[in-house]
Amino acid sequence: MARVVVDVMLKPEILDPQGQAVHRALPRLGFEGISDVRQGKRFELEVEGPVDDAALARIREMAETFLANTVIEDFTVKIEDADVKAES
Amino acid sequence: MTARVGVVTFPGTLDDRDTQRAVRLAGLEAVPLWHRDKDLKQVDAVVLPGGFSYGDYLRAGAISRFSPVMESVVEQARGGMPVLGICNGFQVLTETHLLPGAMLRNDHLHFICRDQKLRVENAGTAWTTSYEAGQEISIPLKNIDGRYVAAERVLDELEAEGRVVVRYVGGGLGGHPLQERRNPNGSLRDIAGITNAAGNVVGLMPHPEHAVEPLIGTGRTDGLGFFTSILKKLVNS
Repeated sequence: MARVVVDVMLKPEILDPQGQAVHRALPRLGFEGISDVRQGKRFELEVEGPVDDAALARIREMAETFLANTVIEDFTVKIEDADVKAES
Repeated sequence: MTARVGVVTFPGTLDDRDTQRAVRLAGLEAVPLWHRDKDLKQVDAVVLPGGFSYGDYLRAGAISRFSPVMESVVEQARGGMPVLGICNGFQVLTETHLLPGAMLRNDHLHFICRDQKLRVENAGTAWTTSYEAGQEISIPLKNIDGRYVAAERVLDELEAEGRVVVRYVGGGLGGHPLQERRNPNGSLRDIAGITNAAGNVVGLMPHPEHAVEPLIGTGRTDGLGFFTSILKKLVNS
């Protein structure tokens, strides 16, 4: 079993009011020096069998059609242990 | 034989019964459709009603998009069958890519519920011929994920082709700052509803099915026109 992580983030040009709400709360809580916050989603996939190119390709397809809405979101896929990074 | 309008129920759909009632009040036959059923029971049109299908997990409308009933709806919609998506139904229509753009959390992060004034911009779609272009109507709005977004290029295209069907105008009924905002959720270009290029698929965020009887809700019946429009369309075709 290997773990593959899919991170989904709103595209930079899309307003993220949730991230802004978190950002505005930071100084109130005494955390200074953060110039921006954006909030995303992390999916941890436990994959059966080896995470080879074919498996990664399937996961990328899954991310593109389902986990992320590519109209508004970008995603990255990475194997957690080996730290192999694959860009969307 | 009267025209048949299918109303889809997903797990988490809330407004299917109200929608069926609105369909009947407009003089059509309402046909309940179940999300796991591919069979559309030979309906002439389909409404995807409001609610929180699959709990809105992942993204609003994202999981419903892959339900068996949606395979048939998408196929028929591409063939010209009229489809109306209301609120969560609109979100499902953007997730299926029958309509462009996407729906995001309201810019103020609050659930909003109010009577909403709208201007009908396009009275030529399958669902809006009972209105006149420029007419202002008031129907309820209730959502937390109602902020319509799309790329500038897509917005320009929608405007140029007259595919913005309804736009937010005027505020709600006073008191709270949120109620008085003209644009209730930060939708780009005040868009409340759009249509596809063919004019048979319409998505809108406010709820016409909650304004079809004078005794309840707003006391107005401004929403009934969406359903009488489809009656005219189906009877004439």
